[in-house]
Amino acid sequence: MRAYVIKRVFGMIPTLILISGLIFIVIQLPPGDIVTSTLDRMQSQGLEVSAEAVANLRAQYNLDQPLLIQYVRWIGGFLIGDMGYSYLFTRPVSELVWERLGYTLMITVSSLIFTWAIAIPAGIYSAVRQYSFVDYLITTIMLVGLATPSFLLALMAMYAGYELFGISIGGLFSPEYRDAPWSFAKLMDFLSHLWIPMVVLGLGGTASTMRILRANLLDELSKPYVVTARAKGVKPLKLLFKYPLRIAINPFISTIGLLMPALISGEAIVSIVLGLPTIGPALIQALIAQDMYLAGSFLMLLAVLTVLGMLLSDLLLAWADPRIRYE
Amino acid sequence: MVDNLLEIRDLAVEFGTDIGTTYALREVSFDVPRGKVTAIVGESGSGKSVTANCIMRLIQSPGRITGGQIHFSPNDVTAYDIAALPDKDPRLLDLRGGSVSMVFQEPMTALSPVYTVGNQVAEAILCHRKVSKEEALEEAADMLRLVGIDDVGRRIHQYPFEFSGGMRQRVVIAMALVCHPQLLICDEPTTALDVTIQAEILTLIRDLQKDLNNSVLFITHDLGVVAQMADQVVVMYQGRVLEVGSVRQVLKTPVHPYTRGLLAAIPGLATKGERLATIASVVGDADLITPHPLVTLADGRQVSLPSDQLAALELANG
Ligand SMILES: Nc1ncnc2c1ncn2[C@@H]1O[C@H](COP(=O)(O)OP(=O)(O)OP(=O)(O)O)[C@@H](O)[C@H]1O
Ligand SMILES: [Mg+2]
Repeated sequence: MRAYVIKRVFGMIPTLILISGLIFIVIQLPPGDIVTSTLDRMQSQGLEVSAEAVANLRAQYNLDQPLLIQYVRWIGGFLIGDMGYSYLFTRPVSELVWERLGYTLMITVSSLIFTWAIAIPAGIYSAVRQYSFVDYLITTIMLVGLATPSFLLALMAMYAGYELFGISIGGLFSPEYRDAPWSFAKLMDFLSHLWIPMVVLGLGGTASTMRILRANLLDELSKPYVVTARAKGVKPLKLLFKYPLRIAINPFISTIGLLMPALISGEAIVSIVLGLPTIGPALIQALIAQDMYLAGSFLMLLAVLTVLGMLLSDLLLAWADPRIRYE
Repeated sequence: MVDNLLEIRDLAVEFGTDIGTTYALREVSFDVPRGKVTAIVGESGSGKSVTANCIMRLIQSPGRITGGQIHFSPNDVTAYDIAALPDKDPRLLDLRGGSVSMVFQEPMTALSPVYTVGNQVAEAILCHRKVSKEEALEEAADMLRLVGIDDVGRRIHQYPFEFSGGMRQRVVIAMALVCHPQLLICDEPTTALDVTIQAEILTLIRDLQKDLNNSVLFITHDLGVVAQMADQVVVMYQGRVLEVGSVRQVLKTPVHPYTRGLLAAIPGLATKGERLATIASVVGDADLITPHPLVTLADGRQVSLPSDQLAALELANG
C-alpha cells in the first residue's frame, strides 16, 4: 500500500508539468494579448496612448521576453503563491483566486452532499424494490431531472423565490453584507443564500448518480456472493450494506476526482444566472479579456485540484477495494 | 425422534413472469433422512435448485411457494413447517446457515471480493452465536484446517481472489459447516471445477459427512457422482419427482422409463458401439407430460407412473 501511495504521488509531478505547459500555450494562442486588448479599449474611448506607455506596459507584464522565460516566470511565481496581477479586476490574482476558490469549493461540497443525500437512498430503494410503484415514481422523476438543464432550474428558483417569498436570491450575500467583514450575522446570511445554488447544482447530479447507483446495485444484488451471505443467515439490512452496496458504491469513489472540473464547467452558466462570486464566471471574463495571469491561474489551480482529486479517489478506492490494492 | 430430518410434501413453486407463469415445482414430495446423503438428479431446468432454495426459503420474487409443506424436525422438541414461516420469522435466520446451509455451484463468485476469507467464515459463526470476533476467527481457522487448507494462520487474512477455484470451494464448504448444520445442501458443488479437483471436493464432502454425521442433500445431474456419493436418490423432471429410492434400487433396477433413459444416456454405461440413447427415444413424450401421483411400491421405493404400467409392475414383482 505504501509503495502504491508513493508511486501515485510522484506520478502527479510530470502530469502537472505537462498540464501547466499546455495551459500556457493555450492561453497564448489567441492573437493579441492583454496590452493590445487594453489599447483597443482605450482607443475606442478616444484616449491616445504613447508608444512608450505601451512598451512600459509590455515590460510590466514581461510580454517583451521570450515565451519560455515568460512560462518559467509564471510557473515559478505560481509555485511560491505569486500569481501576478489581474488587470481586469485590478487586484492581485492570488487574492481573487483564493476567494473565488473558497466559495466554489463550499458550493461544490455542499451540492455534492445534497446530491448524495438524495441520490443514494433513492437509488438503494429503487434497486431493492425494483419495478415497484415507488421505483417507477423515483425513476420517472429522475428522468425529468436528468432532462432539465440546471440554468433553467436556476431561473425557476429565482422566479419562485421572487414570486413566493418576495426575495431576490441572486448572489451569495445580501447587499448589506457583501463587503462587510466576516461575522456571525454574515455567516448566517451566507448560509441562507447557499441553499439555492446547492439545490440547483446538486439536483443536476442527483438524477445521474441515482440511476448509476440503481444500476450498479441491481447488478450486485444478483451476484452469487449475495445469495451465499443470505444463506449464511446475515440479517437483511446488514446484508444489503455489507455486501452488494459496499461494492456498488465503489464507482462513485472514482468519480470524486472528476467532480471539480465537471462542476466548474457546469456551474459557470448557473453562477452567471444566480450571480455567484465563483470561479466559472470569472474564468470566462478573464478568457474574454485575455487576462492571462488570471485565466492561467484559474486553469492551473483547477488542474492541480483535479489531479489531487484523482489521487484522493485512487487512494480511497485502493483502500476500499483490495483487488486494486493487490493488483 | 422422527427418522427424517426433512419431509417435503406436495411442494409447489411458481414464477410469475411477463410471458406467463412458470410452474417450477409441482407436487414435489420426498424425505431427507438423518445422517444420510440424498441426491437429487435431473436434467437442467427440472427444479433441483428451486427445491434446494425452498428449503432455505431463498426463493425471491417473482417466485413464490404456492403450496405444500417442508416439515423440519431439527431435534426432539422442535418441528415446524419451513414453507409456512412468515418472511420475517426469526427462525428463518436461525435456519439459514445455522441448521441448514448450502454450498453453491460457483466458487469463484460465491465469496465477496472485498472481505478476507477469515472475516466471511467467521461471520457465519457471529450470525448464530454470541461469541467474540477473536473466538469466531479461531473457530473459523479450525474449520478451514478441517477442510484441508494449509497455512491457515496466513491464509485467513487473504482475500478470495488469492485462492484457486478448488481452494475457494473448500472455503465455502468450511463456511457452510462452521455452525454444524444438520443439513448441508450442495447444489452442483463441483460443476465449475476441473476434473481432478472435482474428485477431491467430492471426497471431502463425503468424508466430512461421515465424520460429522449430518444429512446431505446433494444436487447433480451426473449419475456417476450419485453412485459415488449418495445413499438415496430422487429423480426429478420438469418440476416433478418421478422416482425415489435407494441408490441400489434406482441405479441398478430403475422402474421409471425416464430413469432408465437417464442411465442409458451415460456414455460410460452404454456398451461399446451402441449409440447413446436420447431420453425422448426411451420414454414416450406423453408419459412425461401427464402427471401421475407418487405410489410406494412393495420394495419401499416410490414412483410416478400411469396406473396400467403400475399394475404391470406390481404383477411382475409379485
Ligand atoms: N428467477 C426465476 N425466474 C423465472 N423462472 C425461474 C427462476 N428460477 C428458476 N426458474 C424456473 O424454474 C425451473 C427450475 O429451475 P432450476 O434452477 O431449479 O433448475 P435446475 O434443475 O437447478 O437446473 P440446472 O441443472 O440447470 O441448475 C426452470 O424451468 C426455470 O424456468
Ligand atoms: Mg440448478
